[in-house]
Amino acid sequence: MGVCAYNPKKSFLLELGKTLQICISFLSQHRLCGVTGSSHVISCYPAEMRQKNQELRSMSEKPRLIYFNGRGRMESVRWLLAAARVEFEEIFLDTREQYVKLIKDGSLMFQQVPLVEIDGMKMVQTRAILSYIAGKYNLYGKDLKERAFIDMYVEGITDLMHMILMFPFSPPEAKEKNLALITERATHRYFPVFEKALKQHGQDFLVGNQVSWADIQLMEVILAVEEKTPAVLSAFPQLQAFKTRMSNMPAIKKFLQPGSPRKPPPDDHYVSTVLKVLAEE
Amino acid sequence: MSEKPKLHYFNGRGRMESIRWLLAAAGVEFEEEFLESREQYEMLLQDGALLFQQVPMVEIDGMKMVQTRAILSYIAGKYNLYEKDLKERAWIDMYVEGVRDLMDLIRVHHKLSPQEQQKNLALIGEKAATRYFPVYEKILKDHKDDFLVGNQLTWADVQLIEAILTVEEKVPTILSEFPLLQAFKARVSSIATIKKFLQPGSQRKLPTDEKAVAFTNRIFNRR
Repeated sequence: MGVCAYNPKKSFLLELGKTLQICISFLSQHRLCGVTGSSHVISCYPAEMRQKNQELRSMSEKPRLIYFNGRGRMESVRWLLAAARVEFEEIFLDTREQYVKLIKDGSLMFQQVPLVEIDGMKMVQTRAILSYIAGKYNLYGKDLKERAFIDMYVEGITDLMHMILMFPFSPPEAKEKNLALITERATHRYFPVFEKALKQHGQDFLVGNQVSWADIQLMEVILAVEEKTPAVLSAFPQLQAFKTRMSNMPAIKKFLQPGSPRKPPPDDHYVSTVLKVLAEE
Repeated sequence: MSEKPKLHYFNGRGRMESIRWLLAAAGVEFEEEFLESREQYEMLLQDGALLFQQVPMVEIDGMKMVQTRAILSYIAGKYNLYEKDLKERAWIDMYVEGVRDLMDLIRVHHKLSPQEQQKNLALIGEKAATRYFPVYEKILKDHKDDFLVGNQLTWADVQLIEAILTVEEKVPTILSEFPLLQAFKARVSSIATIKKFLQPGSQRKLPTDEKAVAFTNRIFNRR
């Protein structure tokens, strides 16, 4: 990956020309990294796919996300769109009236959010939405077996994310226990699996030697667990290196900067808004 | 050519039942190894056969697959119960996810105390009748096709018929307001592979009971 390191100080055209020549001829055979045509970004897709993604992004209208102004179940969608460098709009649910109106309009298939308006569809069900985005933007592997591994990894990570998602809604007396369980599961059940996968194949990404939905999801959950248990990666050198690598990918780097659509950790205001809007007991 | 898929799970429905349904609907024969003791489960753990230390686990095409949705997705993709077109897949995914939320209510039913079960039963009936089944009734009404997506049998249809029959076991009159779902149920039940699965002697499992729950708890060391 060092061969194609991009130096932002040099002029764009000069660097692009040189890098293109070197990188595409050497790396594209190996389906590793390359440089996109229109922006000086190192991305780890084959050249044909990057071109296709570029076309896809310019043709489609921006997706529109309808959810609370907070992470919840929508955060994974924000991560995936950001990683695919797809700009999106957001409408935040602040009042019960907004939610009731969405239901009355027939916008929510099962009366639930997240809702994502994308490509003429009003999509609901987080997994369905993520699966569609991954498929559309080539983050879902190249064949059925790679999909199978991506799905298994994503599902495992989702189980861990679910614990984190529900955490702010647990009663105060259960919080300590739940926090311990999150840390325990991360360090004994989930992180060892991904540490081992990366160690075994020695590649930069979990599946198929190119970035996929599984890598984005893993990055998200690593950061989320670290917010609760800062030293959680201490026994996982591969994951530490993975985290650094992923953080340096331009799209993700941008998403991790202030001012991006990334949402802060849930606070009391977020919890009370959700409960109010959904009128949950 | 391929070996038969091998399912590792308890001798009961649980999370594996949807997988049995899908394989059966696709006309795929499969073997089953039932977890009957804690030692068996620990052996699987020690062998590294369970990616996240959990069942279901399905040995298929040289993989030891875990995570129910991943397994179902692979089977659907392999046996043409999933659409090739991305948008049609999106609809199948949405419909499947909705049905699975409903099935989750039923799956946990027998883990609850008798008091909670009464409340849960009402919830199942209410959600089925007001949140889920109206959606599928409307889909069938709007496009007038025999199946939910793409005018052919897909994973969404198999998941739906499983849910209909499972809810009916708890709430027998649940389809009374849904004539198109009644017709759907009759139609899909008469598809050869599904008809076979619905007959006695098939690998379809009986409804979960308290004995099965206690058994599972023992294997997983739950209190």
